[in-house]
Amino acid sequence: MSTPAATARAGAALPVLLAPRGAGDRLTALFWRRPGLLAALLVAPPLLWLAVVYLGSLAALLLQSFYSIDEFSGLVQRDFTLKTWAELFSPANLDIILRTVTMAAAVTLGAAVLAFPIAYFAARHARGRWKALFYLGVMLPLWSSYLVKVYAWKLILAREGIVTWAAEGVGASAVLNAVLALPVIGGNSLSTSYLGTWLVFLYVWLPYMILPMQAALERVPASMLEAAADLGASRWQAFRSVILPLALPGVIAGSIFTFSLTLGDYIIPQIVGTSARFIGQAVYQLQGTAGNVPLAAAFAVVPIVIMLVYLRIARRMGAFDAL
Amino acid sequence: MTLAVEFENVSRHFGAVRAVDGVDMAIPEGAFFAMLGPSGSGKTTCLRLISGFETPTAGTIRIFGQDAGRVPPNRRNVNTVFQDYALFPHMTVQQNVEYGLMVKGIDRRTRARRAGEMLGLVQLDGFGPRRPGELSGGQRQRVALARALVNEPRVLLLDEPLGALDLKLREAMQDELKALQHRLGITFVFVTHDQGEALSMADRVAVFSAGRLVQVGSPAEVYDRPRTRFVADFVGSSNVLPPALAARLGGPAQWASLRPEAVRIVAPGAGRIDGRVVALRFLGAGTRVAVAVAGPAGAPPVVAFAPAGQPPPAEGSPVGLHWADAALHLMEGE
Ligand SMILES: Nc1ncnc2c1ncn2[C@@H]1O[C@H](COP(=O)(O)OP(=O)(O)O)[C@@H](O)[C@H]1O
Ligand SMILES: [Mg+2]
Repeated sequence: MSTPAATARAGAALPVLLAPRGAGDRLTALFWRRPGLLAALLVAPPLLWLAVVYLGSLAALLLQSFYSIDEFSGLVQRDFTLKTWAELFSPANLDIILRTVTMAAAVTLGAAVLAFPIAYFAARHARGRWKALFYLGVMLPLWSSYLVKVYAWKLILAREGIVTWAAEGVGASAVLNAVLALPVIGGNSLSTSYLGTWLVFLYVWLPYMILPMQAALERVPASMLEAAADLGASRWQAFRSVILPLALPGVIAGSIFTFSLTLGDYIIPQIVGTSARFIGQAVYQLQGTAGNVPLAAAFAVVPIVIMLVYLRIARRMGAFDAL
Repeated sequence: MTLAVEFENVSRHFGAVRAVDGVDMAIPEGAFFAMLGPSGSGKTTCLRLISGFETPTAGTIRIFGQDAGRVPPNRRNVNTVFQDYALFPHMTVQQNVEYGLMVKGIDRRTRARRAGEMLGLVQLDGFGPRRPGELSGGQRQRVALARALVNEPRVLLLDEPLGALDLKLREAMQDELKALQHRLGITFVFVTHDQGEALSMADRVAVFSAGRLVQVGSPAEVYDRPRTRFVADFVGSSNVLPPALAARLGGPAQWASLRPEAVRIVAPGAGRIDGRVVALRFLGAGTRVAVAVAGPAGAPPVVAFAPAGQPPPAEGSPVGLHWADAALHLMEGE
């Protein structure tokens, strides 16, 4: 019996090893022999860019914060001093920092609570068309201009806006007024209260919480939940002891986005909210109209330090153990 | 005899897919019960019906006499060893084993003591502080076993428990599981597509095909007297004879099976039929000898088993085949 393949083999034997064909083949051979080389070549340019531009500007920023401004001339004095840092810790500036951090924490918490069911549904139940719809729904807000969205929200939340109108329509004006009458977070209208700022932040950053959460939940095998139930756990027990810990890296990743994006934003609190300033606004004004670049630099260092502390705590809590 | 699990005309359909279709089945207490069948035959779905992860679309499931149809998994005193083990990666081995006791609110000290005992039972003393990720496949399997057994389940379910282990480990675990079941007296129900595993471990075997239960019996019954052609084919290593060949070999024109061990190789003309050796396969304990017999076109060769010690005939040589009357077993053609 001789198959066509066997005949071909018996005829002109094909060569066993092929000679390299041009420079491409030689390069391929080199990369096979040294797998690290290709990775290094791919990663070097962006790494270089990061090191010079990003870390470089960061260092410059840090350096600036150790200069000070001359109160009379308004000129930056390039002598090393801690005067600017002392100014950063004045009660008025500490107030700004505290306000910003509290807002960032509230936004993060709200986003986590709101995002979890959505991410859970998308990861566990949505298939095919529903999944596409989920991605579309989550991403769509990211495709329109950020400014347009924020102004739209101002209109929605304004005293004469949609929320007021809708509340009247369903006879919930009393509820809305009660909410606005709340101390601190309430105000004249939603668009001039902390509550309004929080709502807009929440809306704008929510996708950044949902997507990593969904990715993390997707990686939790369905059998984990079944194993918990099999061993007698209720839904709530399974959620707390199995799903949440396994999804925690995703929650932390999402919270890093929402927290740091809120810490640095200077547009939303400008358009929606009270007249009290946030870190981003302070930096914007200090380096612009006020011309106090050293203090602006010191302010800009604050979110970085806060994020480093935050990551440390997250790590201590074991957020990255399941990675 | 108490019945641990009873299926009464149970079906589970997924749309048009009849994963389980009208199954009647009784699993006696203390049995080591195997559900055997090819992939997609509905074994896992049956197991999930017992554990409560699936609800029947029709029929009744009773566990120790009680209707369990609508009872959720966490309210059944039945535990599962999952195919992929499903150990919690963020917990230590100790915490994994304690989990079932923890969710039931058992105090810390009792929990630790019982988990320790269980780890001892599966020969994993001292592995408590490790993470599942640091264990080998066989060790994970034992942790999964301990995690299920610590709850003292009335029925233990195992889905392809040895599927992920290599051959040597699998054989060791087969013996160990068997010994464990014997010692604890708990009803074990396990799913496998490996007939060797089912026959060697179980005391009762249920053979599934396309969502239906085809035959239940002791391993010897299923092996010696397959009810249908499907069972004979799947349980394997037997001669499955089409009606024309069965008639040629002296039986009625009906599907039949003939075990190779029952076929003796004799001198040409001295047996019931003559033929020519077409293939030999050495199996250690003996040699499988395939003999082409003159007969209907396209009929498979008849396989005989020549035990070691008796030199097998050479390939191509003419031989005669002989067997006792009772060895030819008739069955349904499905
Ligand atoms: N959740 C489900 N949805 C739809 N079809 C399913 C589902 N679970 C199982 N099936 C189908 O039911 C049949 C039996 O599956 P299964 O019980 O897993 O078989 P086995 O364990 O014997 O390989 C298969 O055809 C499978 O595709
Ligand atoms: Mg299966």
